[in-house]
Order: sequence, then C-alpha cells, then structure tokens
Amino acid sequence: MTLVDVRELVKYYAGERSWFGLGHAKAPVRAVDGVSFAIASGRTLGLVGESGSGKTTVGRTMLRLQEPTSGTVLFEENDVFALDATRLRALRRRMQIVFQDPYSSLNPRMTVEETLREPLEIHGLNGAVSALLDEVGLDAAFAKRYPHELSGGQRQRVGIARALSVEPQFVVCDEPVSALDVSVQAQVLNLLADLQAKRHLTYLFIAHDLAVVRHIADDVAVMYLGKIVERAPAAEIYAQPRHPYTRALLSAVPEPNPHTTKRRIVLAGDIPSPAHPPSGCPFHPRCPHPKKSERCRTEPPPLRPITPDHLAACHFAEEPM
Amino acid sequence: MTSPSVLLRVRDLKTYFVTEQGKGTARAVDDVSFDLYPGETLGIVGESGCGKTVTSLSILRLVPEPPGHVLPGSLIEFEGRNLLALSAPELRAVRGNQIAMIFQEPMTSLNPVFTVGDQIAEAAIIHQRLSRKAARARAIEMLRLVGIPDPDERVDHYPHQLSGGMRQRVMIAMALVCHPKVLIADEPTTALDVTIQAQILELLDRLQHELGMAVLLITHDLGVVAGHADRVVVMYAGRVVETAPTDALFERPTHPYTEGLLAAVPRIDAPRARLHAIPGQVPAATAWPPGCRFHPRCPYAWEKCVAQEPPLLETGTPGHTARCWLVTEPERRR
Repeated sequence: MTLVDVRELVKYYAGERSWFGLGHAKAPVRAVDGVSFAIASGRTLGLVGESGSGKTTVGRTMLRLQEPTSGTVLFEENDVFALDATRLRALRRRMQIVFQDPYSSLNPRMTVEETLREPLEIHGLNGAVSALLDEVGLDAAFAKRYPHELSGGQRQRVGIARALSVEPQFVVCDEPVSALDVSVQAQVLNLLADLQAKRHLTYLFIAHDLAVVRHIADDVAVMYLGKIVERAPAAEIYAQPRHPYTRALLSAVPEPNPHTTKRRIVLAGDIPSPAHPPSGCPFHPRCPHPKKSERCRTEPPPLRPITPDHLAACHFAEEPM
Repeated sequence: MTSPSVLLRVRDLKTYFVTEQGKGTARAVDDVSFDLYPGETLGIVGESGCGKTVTSLSILRLVPEPPGHVLPGSLIEFEGRNLLALSAPELRAVRGNQIAMIFQEPMTSLNPVFTVGDQIAEAAIIHQRLSRKAARARAIEMLRLVGIPDPDERVDHYPHQLSGGMRQRVMIAMALVCHPKVLIADEPTTALDVTIQAQILELLDRLQHELGMAVLLITHDLGVVAGHADRVVVMYAGRVVETAPTDALFERPTHPYTEGLLAAVPRIDAPRARLHAIPGQVPAATAWPPGCRFHPRCPYAWEKCVAQEPPLLETGTPGHTARCWLVTEPERRR
C-alpha cells in the first residue's frame, strides 16, 4: 500500500539579485525539477545524489519545511500542500525528519529530556522519555545531559528519539550517518533498521553514499541536477545500473579491497550549476557513454521503464558501456 | 628484504594538549613510530580522535603551542635531520619546499583575498627565488599539471570562483610547486563528492608517479587506503595498533580494531545485511583505558588485556605488526 506519493515535485529558488537586492534577478536555481516517486508502507526508498542534486530539498519540501513551487505530495491520500496550519500540524505528527548534522540540529541549551519532551507537549501526547532513550540504546541517565556532553553518535540517537517521540509512520532520514565515524555509523544504521522493523516505519533515506544506501534501502532513486535519472529495486540497480551516471557513481565508490577488479569510470568535469543546467540530457557534458550523440544534447530523455520496475532517463540505457 | 634509506622516520612521537580547564592532559598522539620510504604511499587510517591529524601536524611542527606540545624524546627525522631540533629559518626551508601538505577543507585553507596564481607562486618565490614573472609562469604550469582547464585564465581567479574539486586541485598545485619529496595529504577528498573524489585520487596517483614523491595519506576511509596505499598504519586512541603492507592488512587484519573497522564498512559489493558495529565509542584522550586501549570495546579481551598493554608484535608476515596479545595466543580468537 502506498503511504507517500510524490508527483511532479518542483522547487525553484529565486535567483539572487545584484546591487543589494535592487538589480536584475539571476536565473532561478532549479533545485528540484519534476520529481515523482511513491513509497509503500514499511519500505525504504534510498534517494542518492551528490551535492546540489536536490535530494535534501526533496525531503524538506515533502514535509513542507519549505514550500514547493509546484507538484503534489499525497500522504495517505491527503494532499500535504493543500492543508491549513491546524491540519498540517496534525499531519506532521505522522511525518518526521532526522537531520544530517547532530551538532547543529539539537538545541545546545536544552537537556536531552527537554528536547524529547517538546514534541510530546506540542502534540499533547503522553510518552516516557526513558522508554524512548532505551529504544534508541541510550541509558536513562542521558536525560539530564546537554548536547555538548554527547558524542556524535549519541547525539544522532537523540535526534532519532526526537523524531520517533510522536510515533510517526514516515521518517525522512537526511544523511543521518554521514557525519559519523564508520564504527558508529554501523551502530546507527543497525538501529534505524531495528526501529523500522519494530515500529513498521516507512523511510525516505537520503544519502550521498551508495554503499550505505545498499544496507538499508529496498528501492533506490538516483538524482542528478534536480531530476531522478534512475529508479529501481535496490538489488537490481546495484547489479545492473542502466544510467551512465549511476554506473560512474557506483564505480567511483572506493572499495576496501586492494584486489578489486572493478573498472573505474572517472567522470570529467564538475557538476554544472542547477541555475544553468545543460540542454537536453543534463548529464551529457560529463557522460562517458560511447553512444553519446547529438540527440543527448538536444532532447531531454524521459524517465522510462527499461524493465517493468526499472526506470532510467537515458536514450541509450539498453546499450552496454 | 632490501630496505632503501628511510626518507622520513618518526620515532616515539608524543604530542599532548593541555585541556581548556587546565585539569588534564589530552594524550592525542602517544608514542607513535613509523617510517616513510622514497616514492611510496603510506596510509594512516583511523577514526576521529585517534591522533592521525595531530601526527601529521606534528611532522611539520604545525601544532599550536600552547595548548599543544611535542614531548622531549620524540624524533622526526627527515633525510637524517631531526625536524624537532631545527631553528625556525631552517624549518621554513623544509616546510612547503621538501615536505608539503594538503588539507581536508580546500575552502578554509585557501586565502580568499589572493588569486590562486599568487598563492601558488608564493612558495616558488620564497623557496626557489623565482622572479614574479617566472613564478606566475610556474603557477600556470602547475595549474595545467593538476588538470585545471584554461590555466592562463584561472591563474587570476579567486578561490570563491572555483568549485570544491577545483579548489582541491589548486591546493595540490600549491603543495607541489617546489616538487617536494614528501607530500602529506590529510583527508584530501573527504569534503568532496564521490565522482570528484575519484578525480582527485587519480590525479594524486598520477602526480606521485610523475614526480616520484612519497605520500603520507591520512584518511578515515579504508576504501581510499585499499586503492592507493602501499602500506598502512592503523591508529586507535593515540597509538599505532597495526602496521602492514596493504594486501596483508586487508587479507589478514590482525588487531580486533582493524577487523571490526573492516567489518563495519558498508560494502557496495555485498548484499544487504546487518552491519557489524563496534560497540561503545572512542574513549576520551584525557583518560585512555588502562592496558590495551581497545579492551573495553574488544570482543576477545581477557584479563591480560586489562592488566598490560601489548607492544607491537610481529605477526609472521614481513612488515606486519599488531598491538594485540592475540598474536601470542591466537587460540583465543573465536
């Protein structure tokens, strides 16, 4: 059953104005440019991309932490963007977010207990802070501590406990482990997996690290310059990536194996600015595909099914590289 | 094994910090020794707080004093000279000239008010006494070497006009302008996206090959080490806990910390599975545990590990040592 349905989501940021805001506006930044996906209840969609791909904006706009430019998000058939403030607040209880940086996302002047108590009070709920702490693997003694007394991993556990305090169904995890050391990252990933199983949570897991996503996601969507360029069940996208960008991204992940036989595709150039995306296929200036042609420069490839549940936005997705 | 002459020898390095309240001493680097040979890449791996960055800063005497200080008895020998005993002018002749360094964050380590050309040329003017004109030509040549398009134009750009990957290329150009014998690269790709990281690592490999320098590659990423280092030093809690040729380390990780770290890395080539996590967290540098510093998190620890810290023990493979009693009692590894 579909829990969250995102249709043609668009988020543009107005271009900066020169002359202290009085001059001509620069081109708008097309952070998210027509993104659609659905997540079934209890499943995890991994949303992968590099800086500037728009992945974080997708997550924040879905929760209406930012207002969209256009598009719809349906949460259990409710149109999230059409709700008034009261009904939005009620819905927010069901959709929560865990932020990337456990250092800046906790209030330094609030104890762990106050941090966890606040959402409960806002939503008029009764809940035990000690039970929450226990659930995320923290000792009850942490309730009286301040964020500066905690390590990065402990802070992220508090961030997770805060998101879970109001018993949401859907959690956006925005790079929840990328600020953590490897050994702690594994602890937090395992915790997220355990909590999902126990509470039947649905996750949008946003990350730049394809290896991390592999360990948590059922389905994976890859973003480039505000668009989804490939989407498929996780096992399939890792075994047989179709978009040249996904192939390059997978090949670029350094593997802890000195004898890897993997052929590395090193992309030339930088990610273009989302204010001035290239014509046609946004990836064409960096694309290493041997079949790349004039068509890529002029005709934007639609996100189309290559196999029934494997979509890719490439004119030559069927061709080997 | 025929061993060529050591280029950089670090012995018994201890760098301590007085903590803010003056109450304790953080033993950030605590008795670290390793050798760097000409032309090789030595990886130093560890997590936050293990002392890897302080080790690299100590080599060039960049540790701020106070609160930090390198303890007497430490030795950092470069081509037979103890860097710790050099006068300031003598040290300046080495720093940026024969030993150069690149940092993790290319935005904060470039000066925003000078052009990249000025910043690259600076070292050439100081160390090689080049004229401004010659130094500018050298800067353009360096930009070309590190793969920046239109170097004649880019030489007059300011750092904010460049992308993160380009800035890191500029940092590399700055470091290499005097053709150093040793390049210390401290997390050179951590702030970069994975496709840009691949470009920078490839560039470093190519330049090392062309210029024949030795690289001290400091990173938390075992994947980066696997692909680019010849030998590896694993650090934990201010100590070296394992050293090995790269192949041996990944085939037979011997210290339980190395073993745990390798198992904790999410693998792109392995199907979805529960990750192995190392329980607990890194202890504070002001209060390292007694005995083996890893024993509170170690799945194999027994009384001896609490009572007595093991030395670096030979594992039997040439060049492979581990600071673990399991080397002498392998039957305890279950």
